[in-house]
This record gives sequence, C-alpha cells and structure tokens, in this order.
Amino acid sequence: MDWFKRKKETLQAVDRKEMPDGLWVKCDECGEIIYKRELDKKLYVCPKCDYHFRIGSSEYIKILIDKGSFKEFNQNISSTDPLKFKDSKKYSDRYKAATQKTGLTEAVVTGQGKIERIPVIMGIMDFSFLGGSMGSVVGEKVSRAADVALKEQKPFIIISASGGARMYEGVLSLMQMAKTSAKLALLAEANIPYISILTHPTTGGTTASYAMLGDVHIAEPGALIGFAGPRVIKQTIGQDLPDGFQRSEFLLEHGFIDAIIHRHEIKSRLAGMLRFFQHQNNNIFKSQESA
Amino acid sequence: MPTDNIKFALEFEKPVIELEKKINEMKEYASSTGVDLGEDIKRLEKKAEQLRKEIYSNLNRWQHVQLARHPQRPYTKDYIERVCSYFEEFHGDRLFADDKAIVAGIGMIDDYSCMIVGHQKGRDTKGNLYRNFGMPNPEGYRKARRLMQLASRYKKPIISFVDTPGAYPGIGAEERGQAEAIARNLFEMSRYPVPIIIIIIGEGASGGALGIGVGDRVLMLQNSWYSVISPEGCAAILWRDSTNAPQAAEAMKVTAEDLLELKVIDKIVEEPEGGAHRDPDKAAEIVKAELLRTLAELSEIPADKLLEMRLEKYSKMGYWNESK
Repeated sequence: MDWFKRKKETLQAVDRKEMPDGLWVKCDECGEIIYKRELDKKLYVCPKCDYHFRIGSSEYIKILIDKGSFKEFNQNISSTDPLKFKDSKKYSDRYKAATQKTGLTEAVVTGQGKIERIPVIMGIMDFSFLGGSMGSVVGEKVSRAADVALKEQKPFIIISASGGARMYEGVLSLMQMAKTSAKLALLAEANIPYISILTHPTTGGTTASYAMLGDVHIAEPGALIGFAGPRVIKQTIGQDLPDGFQRSEFLLEHGFIDAIIHRHEIKSRLAGMLRFFQHQNNNIFKSQESA
Repeated sequence: MPTDNIKFALEFEKPVIELEKKINEMKEYASSTGVDLGEDIKRLEKKAEQLRKEIYSNLNRWQHVQLARHPQRPYTKDYIERVCSYFEEFHGDRLFADDKAIVAGIGMIDDYSCMIVGHQKGRDTKGNLYRNFGMPNPEGYRKARRLMQLASRYKKPIISFVDTPGAYPGIGAEERGQAEAIARNLFEMSRYPVPIIIIIIGEGASGGALGIGVGDRVLMLQNSWYSVISPEGCAAILWRDSTNAPQAAEAMKVTAEDLLELKVIDKIVEEPEGGAHRDPDKAAEIVKAELLRTLAELSEIPADKLLEMRLEKYSKMGYWNESK
C-alpha cells in the first residue's frame, strides 16, 4: 500500500496573517463575506454583526493617531535569546520567522503621536508577533515609553493584545511584569494619566501587569481578557465554563473595566478622556489657594 | 543525617536513603546485642557520604524541581515557627475572604519587628484541600497587600516566603480579578518605602509567585525553582505533552544557579546536604542567619535611596540587543 502514503512534499501549513490579503474576507463570527476595502473603511468591524477583527499596530495607528503625527521609538531593540531556548525549534529561528512574517521588529510598537491634536505616548501590541508575548524587549520598550511619558508629562496609552509572558525567555519574561508595573507606579505618583486598552485576547502576564493598572480600562467588545486561559481553567476545575466567561462584557459586569468601546467610537471618546484629564478646574480651587 | 523521619524518597535519592537505613539498622542491632560492628558501620558511613556527594552535587534541573516539591520540604509556616520568636497571624483581605493559601502576620526575628507573608501548602490531602495546594485566589494577594501597606505605615520591613505552584486558575478567581490583584501588588511593592526581602523556598511559578515577589533582595534556596510557567505547563504548550516537563525545565533554566547567572536573584541560600527536608531545623537556622544579615544591610539604607535602588534593580532586568 506504499502508493497510498504521502510523498515527501506534504502540505505546507500557511501562516495565518492578521488581515488576509485578497479582495474578500469572511467574518470569523457570522460568516458574512465582506469586500476587503469595505472592511478597511469600517475599521475592521464586520458591518453585519459588529465583530471586531483582530488588527495590528499599524491599523491602530491609522485608526487612533492624527495622520502623519506618529513617530516610533526604539525600533532597533531586539531579543538576544538569553536562554538559548530550544524546543522542537530554536527560539532564535522562531523569532526570525516572526520578523519576516509580520514585518515587525517585536510584539510591541512604541512611539509618540497625537490624538485629536493632544500629544500622547503609546505602546501598541501585535498579537501576530509570537502571540503578542512579552519578553525582555517588550518590557524594555514599554518601560522606555513610560519614561518618556514621565519626562515629557504626556498621557500614556497601551493597547494590549497578548497571550502573556514569553516562555522562550523564561523567568526574564516574568521580570518584565515587575519592571513595567514599577514604571507605571511612577506615572501614577506624578499624576500622569495612563489608559489601558484591552483587545482580543489579553491574558496571562500582560493582564497581570500593565493591562490591569490603568487609571482607565477600556475594552473592545467581545475581547477575551483574563489571567489563566480558558482551557487551563476548564482542565483544572473539570467543568464547562459559563457563556461569555472572560469576555469584555463579563469583566465589565465584575468591575474590572470602565467602558467597552466600539472601534468606530474609540478615537473620539479617547480624545474626550484626554481632554478631561488635561482640563484644569481653576475656578474651583482658586478660593482655597488664596485663603 | 536524620533519616529516620524520611517517609518519602525520590527515585534518585533512593540508593543513599536505603543505605542510611541499613546503617541505622546495624547500629540498633549492635547496641541491642552488644556485637561490635564499628568497622562495618564506619565503612558504610563513608560510602554513604560519598554517595550523597555524588548524587546531590550532580542534580539536573528536573531533579531540583522534584526536590523543591518534596512532600516533606519545609513550608512557610515551618520557617516562621523556627525563625520568629513571636508571630501573630492576621487573616482576611477585608473585602471578600481569608485565603488559606497565603499566610501573613506580624513577627519578631531577633530584634527586628517585621511583616511576614508567604504562600502556604498543605502537608497531606486534607491540608492541601484547606490550603488549596498553595495556589492563592485574588483575596490572598489582597490580604498580603493590606498587610504590606500596614508595614509601610509603621516602618516594618517585609519578608515574603515564595512557594507556590501558581495562582489558582478558577472561575471565581477570574471573576474577582486574579490578574488585577497580582498586577496591583507588583505596582505597589515597587514603591513601599520599607525594606522588602523575598525568599523563594520551594516553587516559584509565574505571576502567582511574583505577586508577593518584588523586593530589594531576592534570595533563593538551593533546590528551589522559579520561572514564568511550571515545567509541566511549558511542556503542555510547546511539546503538547506535559510529560516533557524535564526537557522544559532544562530549556527554561529554572534553578537557583540559573537565576543567579541571569541576575534575577541576588543570592543562593545553601540547604543542608540532600535538601531542606532532610534537616528542617538546620535549613531554618541558615535562612534565619541570611534574613538577619540582609535585614541589617537594608536597614542602613534611607527609604528614598532604597526606592531608587529597587527601581534600578527592576529596570535592568532582561537582555536585549540595541543596534545603532
């Protein structure tokens, strides 16, 4: 039955892209076939069911940042593979492949830009780069961006999309949670607003550090947000998980999210918040100061 | 070497434990019958010593993990009992519940009044159910935070014993914000204006460990492990089979020696030969001496300098390339 066996050249697994090329896209949620250019115009939200497609940093920059105002920081930082990690593949090979596949240098893009003319410092994670995992470079880039926000007294915004800490860098990834949280504590002491935007999915060490430390927590509709992954929880407790468990709406209900905001509204409402924080109530505190 | 009370032997320590048992039996026989076995006993004791050295100085990473999980390994309360001359346990997070997987309270270590927190495992099935296997829920982290805030107000150093297989992955834990509870502790621990000493005494699994693990000095017992995920968890994801845990432990570099080299911990604390479980009193004595030395060192540093140094310590964590 040798002729039944497959010859050497097996089917090649095609890497899934964030937003597939081609003219038509199928909605993951309702199955609607959408014209790609239509989807671009709708900010990657299904016109039929409002499903928010997963998008990357370049799309978020287009959606949120005033045209031409974004300037990237620290593009030149990359991983050294400190553990020389290897499972079935080497981490260094996976890393190289991720850079080639995504055209990105790491799982977070940081930089400065303007939102309705208000200057902000931003970090935007890319889930397509090794599952948006946080290793030394992500931790360092986020920390340096926070340093800039502190120094220049500008609001700080992070858009999270991450499976958590990066296993390939072991305990060093874990330490990035402590490092980034320490920087955010400095921002809080200096009364510099930090807004955390949680998108699908945000789990593990990312949730258990900067994603949950905002003055304001915004989530996109239907995003999976949690500490442990649903599969791990299901295995541990040995029962099915309730409907909608760990989704944005569930977190809102349990008090961990300030607002769920549709992608079509996010820029204007974010700008509203930034203007609110910027505003000085001189009329209220005047009398106290002069007294 | 007190071996009479060793009820459980790991596969790789069986030869030496069996030999030690035999020596004990011979001693008993000799003393009850008056037969002189002195020579034979001496010879076997020498052999046992050699065997111990051979086995325990060449442990691989997975064997360290197994020692860290030894069912007779001393846990947080075993150390507190031996290290503190006074200890009063405080309960509850004042929000939801008292988490038995974390113990916390006020204590005296010689002349130092300290706040002490730590993960707590159970010794048997009943104890483990009570302690939830040392896996905290959010209320555990919030209890620790409440008491660390108290420590900050009263200028008490904080000592944290880390020993957990991870934060509990359950429905209630997620509903009550496991991630937020841990994140908030990292945030606050980076800024408490009192000395914080972390000592990893067994297992340091992921955010569950780090949630009470940020401090000025991080000490680690020789046979403990500490990483971003348990070896089983890593193996289940990357090898799709948790029985590959030994390989995962190697790949993730989880031992005290690894972490010292990676500059994640400050010092390795030696254990009695064969591991802390072979002589808990001795282990506690060593831990106490190390805590006192570190307390003395950190007490000299003014609070603002301490915070500056802590920030710098964590700012430096990690490795990366920076091209021009």
